Amino acid sequence: MLEKALVGSNKYWAWVFFLLGVITIGGLFYLYQFNYGLGATGMSRDVSWGIYIAQFTFMVGVAAGGVMLVLPYYIHDFKAFGKITILGEFMAIAAVAMCIMFITADLGQPMRIMNVLLHPTPHSMLFWDMLVLNGYLFLNAICGWVILNSHNKGVHYPQWVKPFIYLSIPWAFSIHTVTAFLYCGLPGRHFWLTAILAPRFLASAFAAGPSLLVLISMILKRVAKFDAGEKAFQKLGTIITYAALANFFFLGLEFFVAYYSRVPGHMHTLDYLFWGLDGHNNLVLPMRFSLTIGLIATTMLLFPQIKRNEGTFALSCAMLFLSLWIDKGVGMVLGGFVPNPFDRVTEYYPTVIEIGISLAVWAAGALILTILYKIAISVQAKEA
Amino acid sequence: MDVKRRNFLKIAGLSAAAGLGASSAFTQLFKGDALASEEGHGGETAGHAAPAQGEHKAEDTEFQYGMVIDIPKFAANKGLAEKCIAACHYEHNVPDFGNPKDEIKWIWLDDYEHSFPDASQYKRNAGLNDLPVLLTCNHCANPPCVRACPTQATFKNDHGVVIMDFHRCIGCRFCMAACPYGARSFNWRNPREQYANGNYKFFKHGLNPNYPTRMRGVVEKCNFCPERLAVGKPPACVEATGDTKAMVFGNINDPNSEIAKVLNSNFTIQRNPAAGTKPSVFYII
Ligand code: SF4
Ligand code: SF4
Ligand code: SF4
Repeated sequence: MLEKALVGSNKYWAWVFFLLGVITIGGLFYLYQFNYGLGATGMSRDVSWGIYIAQFTFMVGVAAGGVMLVLPYYIHDFKAFGKITILGEFMAIAAVAMCIMFITADLGQPMRIMNVLLHPTPHSMLFWDMLVLNGYLFLNAICGWVILNSHNKGVHYPQWVKPFIYLSIPWAFSIHTVTAFLYCGLPGRHFWLTAILAPRFLASAFAAGPSLLVLISMILKRVAKFDAGEKAFQKLGTIITYAALANFFFLGLEFFVAYYSRVPGHMHTLDYLFWGLDGHNNLVLPMRFSLTIGLIATTMLLFPQIKRNEGTFALSCAMLFLSLWIDKGVGMVLGGFVPNPFDRVTEYYPTVIEIGISLAVWAAGALILTILYKIAISVQAKEA
Repeated sequence: MDVKRRNFLKIAGLSAAAGLGASSAFTQLFKGDALASEEGHGGETAGHAAPAQGEHKAEDTEFQYGMVIDIPKFAANKGLAEKCIAACHYEHNVPDFGNPKDEIKWIWLDDYEHSFPDASQYKRNAGLNDLPVLLTCNHCANPPCVRACPTQATFKNDHGVVIMDFHRCIGCRFCMAACPYGARSFNWRNPREQYANGNYKFFKHGLNPNYPTRMRGVVEKCNFCPERLAVGKPPACVEATGDTKAMVFGNINDPNSEIAKVLNSNFTIQRNPAAGTKPSVFYII
């Protein structure tokens, strides 16, 4: 089936070469970082994780979001998802690949990454995260590929993939739960030390992942004549709405606990993120912006008229995705380091190198997605 | 006994057995930590070995090196703290990059407020905040950094000292996020950089040939000087305090050690004890 990715319009090739260009530039930036060290980034002793780990965390969510298609389609036999479930699975593959790239970009000694497997350490959550992420990649690759291959041959997919499909559902929850465990099990980082972190992660993932899928599907409708179907869009809209509501409800709970109890450790990071702390406020604007557009988008999605109109539906999904990206892909990780264990505030700004490398990872993800979607859509077009 | 009843009893028995098994597995997994640390309390003076419970934590060691830092003595001896810092940083080839972003430190000074942010700062007595507080790794008996490290590059030795294997560390910095004391530093860039004339750029006091330098991309921190202890010498910082007794070092689990006696007869505090890490560095304020 791979050959299907090798035939395409000029526009397709222009897009592929654009992505390759971004990847090359980012690759050169990475070469510099590799030689100089992570000092090429904005990270420091106090803010020891930056946008790489933040983006990693966000992408785990996008990967997990694919389950919001798999679950209704395979468990509840929701036929309208027939065409786009495969897109959800392939999105998960691209997202996990991005996670692995972000983690690698963040390592001080990337050549030693195999040490995690050579010295398996069950008490480290990072060890488990590596296992579940690779497992999820494997599951989605198996399910997506085998099912698509059967479509291509015009036969029903073989029975043996069924267990893998069912397994991939709880597995999707596990990847984001374990990723939350990376943070919420650390003593002394009050902002992360909350049992609601995993549910919050899942809620925001189940809103962000499907939002991205809606946006991509709308683009595909225009550039690839792939129509996911109105019914599928509306159902996704409903899923996104409830997940977004849960997400903001959980966030509200955090605010209540912090500001009603007035325990300083609970308040400080929220202070820093939304009001500024000790005169430091570099994240205040983005965080307020994120909250505002997120709430507006969620409200918009509650109106059926807005959801049914393609333009306004796309707009609310885009706003929501951006909102959640800022919240988790920036604020969540950086906020955990502020204030530091000495009750001091150190601010972090990503460097050009860091942003370039991150963009390259996004481009690589987009490239994987493009190729996989090209194949999937060609197969489905042949079928029709 | 009718069949139904018999089956019921069987099932009840089985589930009770399963329940028992599950509950002990549960205890092993989640409570091992709590049990051991309860027993461990008061372990400052009474030697004890933690039972082998679960895999969840580095176990308390029978032998636990610790340190008492006497702040008033440092206040009385101007410049003594700086001497300790210089001794350690020379001894271990700790680079000085001259900027806070790349900073690496094994032992350093801060004020009371920022050393003990969890202690009450409310109506603090005058002068308290001017005291020179020396900070370093606490060699926690229950170290979260060891728990977090995915490669065991950070581990605890038989003497309760938390050390690093610089050759195994992958530079993920999970341990830095896990340490509630900001005790860890990362080599953001190559500390071994040299000028054209062969001089090192960042080893301000020259190179100590007896201790390895690090490569970029790994984490480092105070290691309680095992290389010196092995040859019967005290840690470099302790040695630098001379006979002021501003720092006392030893096995806190041996009731006859000097440090145990100091702990027994003085009121000491630790940094953020609420984190449950059982720090082995104690302060006399
Ligand atoms: S002070 Fe930090 S680095 Fe040192 S043992 Fe405790 S947790 Fe680990
Ligand atoms: S940076 Fe090194 S020591 Fe720290 S957790 Fe990662 S591998 Fe372990
Ligand atoms: S014990 Fe050794 S490594 Fe730790 S601060 Fe003192 S001199 Fe440095």
